[in-house]
Amino acid sequence: MSEKPKIGRRDFMRVAATVAAGGGAWAVARRGDEATVWQLDPAKCVQCGRCSTNCVLNPSAVKCVHSFQICGYCDLCGAYLQPGAKARDTGAENELCPVGAITRTYIEDPFYQYTIDEKLCVGCGKCVKGCNVFGNGSLYLQVKHDLCVGCNECLIARNCPAKAYERVPVRTAYLLKTRDNGVLVPKLNLGTRLDSGTGKQG
Amino acid sequence: MKSRYFAAAALLLFVLAYEAKAQFRFPMPEFESGYKHPEMNTPLPARIPAAVDITVLFVALAVTAWAVLKSRSRSMVFLIAIFSLLYFGFYRKGCVCPVGSLQNVVNAIIDRSFGVPIIVMAFFLLPLVFAVYFGRVFCAAVCPLGAIQEMCAISPIQLSRPVEITLGLLPYAYLGLTVLSLATGTGFLICRYDPFIGFFRQGASFNMFLTGGVLLLMGIFVARPYCRFLCPYGVLLRWASLFSKWHASITPAECIQCRLCESSCPYGAIVVPTPDDRSVDRRTGARRLGLLLLLTPVIVGTTAWTGMTAHKLVARLHPTVRLAERVAAEEQGRFAETTIDTDAFHAGKQMPAELYADANAIKQQFKYASAWFGAFMGLVICGKLIRLSVIRKSSDYEADRGACLSCARCFAYCPVVGPISQSDLRQECLDKHAQS
Repeated sequence: MSEKPKIGRRDFMRVAATVAAGGGAWAVARRGDEATVWQLDPAKCVQCGRCSTNCVLNPSAVKCVHSFQICGYCDLCGAYLQPGAKARDTGAENELCPVGAITRTYIEDPFYQYTIDEKLCVGCGKCVKGCNVFGNGSLYLQVKHDLCVGCNECLIARNCPAKAYERVPVRTAYLLKTRDNGVLVPKLNLGTRLDSGTGKQG
Repeated sequence: MKSRYFAAAALLLFVLAYEAKAQFRFPMPEFESGYKHPEMNTPLPARIPAAVDITVLFVALAVTAWAVLKSRSRSMVFLIAIFSLLYFGFYRKGCVCPVGSLQNVVNAIIDRSFGVPIIVMAFFLLPLVFAVYFGRVFCAAVCPLGAIQEMCAISPIQLSRPVEITLGLLPYAYLGLTVLSLATGTGFLICRYDPFIGFFRQGASFNMFLTGGVLLLMGIFVARPYCRFLCPYGVLLRWASLFSKWHASITPAECIQCRLCESSCPYGAIVVPTPDDRSVDRRTGARRLGLLLLLTPVIVGTTAWTGMTAHKLVARLHPTVRLAERVAAEEQGRFAETTIDTDAFHAGKQMPAELYADANAIKQQFKYASAWFGAFMGLVICGKLIRLSVIRKSSDYEADRGACLSCARCFAYCPVVGPISQSDLRQECLDKHAQS
């Protein structure tokens, strides 16, 4: 009979299982170092309107954004005015946006600036369609990450008919249109918070 | 730093590759008034650091374990449940939750390229590790889904044993379906059908609210219906808890067989002592068990075959399969109008034949996956039957380690006073002395 302090089989198994789980976790977890977020590729978007209805949030975390640098600043704006609008002014009956989220501001003759009020925007994409049909495509939809709750499986992504949604690294959290990239290339997001972290330091 | 330069160089090359500038319909204006383009507002996600959530989870689990095993205080468990509901539920909006993290981990095992962030891994493992040592303390008070139901369990009834066991098969089916849908790339079922997250986010589809509301109303009488009869993560916790080192015990000391706790458990998790006068003698029991073991391959084979034959039905869970069916039906002229999905498909580059081929490949995947799912369910059913037919001797009222949620309700029913500590004894003597 041995007098050794006995480590039970079950105790051993428990510790072994814990260690194995921890090791496995480390091996798997290291692959996911870089955090990712959901974003939609404006080049693939077909403006079906599901972004506004399928998000778990109400109103949706998808909003219309405006790349001013590729905007034509048109007086006759395909995104702002209804097709066949009686007058080119700020009358509600002429506006395309169902919630009146686009503000039209006079800059200089004959240019007007169009600004999206994100608090009002529901992400329906009506103006995006208008801007694509008659305009430079400077308005497009993006997931706003201050609003997005980052679901495991984005409900809009699952129902997107154009399969425009994908997980992108936080580095490139927005797929923005610029003059250089035309409309297609994902651009590095040099947003307010990231500037100090990565971009201009080196 | 090196990687940063590398990334910058790669980006530059990438941009240069797109030399062909896009054609814009309207020229961009040259402003004379000195107008500058407004800045675009592109905020990054403001996430709470992972360490905070992991620490809160760990502390909550530890305090619950202490409340259940050491201080044996139901009110404390309930308070932690309120905290968890507020923090993990309403403040963190139910994400990340360990129940859903199960999918990320399974998906990472199936798909090697799929990474799991550290926080998700921690949320998956911590409750399991705690279950191996202390039982299902996570279910008791830390899970927000459990907590919201715990608040609603006002007048719980006890279900009859057969009903309890039959419904208890559902979580296994849910777990199997979850793995099946991950293996076939169908999606994350648990997140999709999370009944309570709508309340946490204060916004969801009508169906989500309806399901959640029905479950909560049901939960007034049948306590914690989701935990007991649906939760797939609960299956893993049950397995882990079966091996728990320290588990909540109903009595603080020796059981006196008073039967007071018998009706205290709303979850049917109290093991009643086996009566001495056995209604089934040993030989009949052994024969029954032998028969069951012999039948196991037959049952598993049948359920696997059933799964395989049902694969076409199950495959309709997959969006590509559904789209292919719809496109085919439209081409045959069975539908007059098109849907957004078929419109988008026709606008894309893919030909219908390619879509059908994709759908067929997915169906083939489903054939194997559903067969495996069927076999798994067969094994689960046989396991349950075998467990039922094995008589285990127990002389005391004990918690069923697998089913017990460590809610601490039964403690109050037990009249046995725990072993008296030295200081208590001394105080008692002093009191007596003072009286005399």
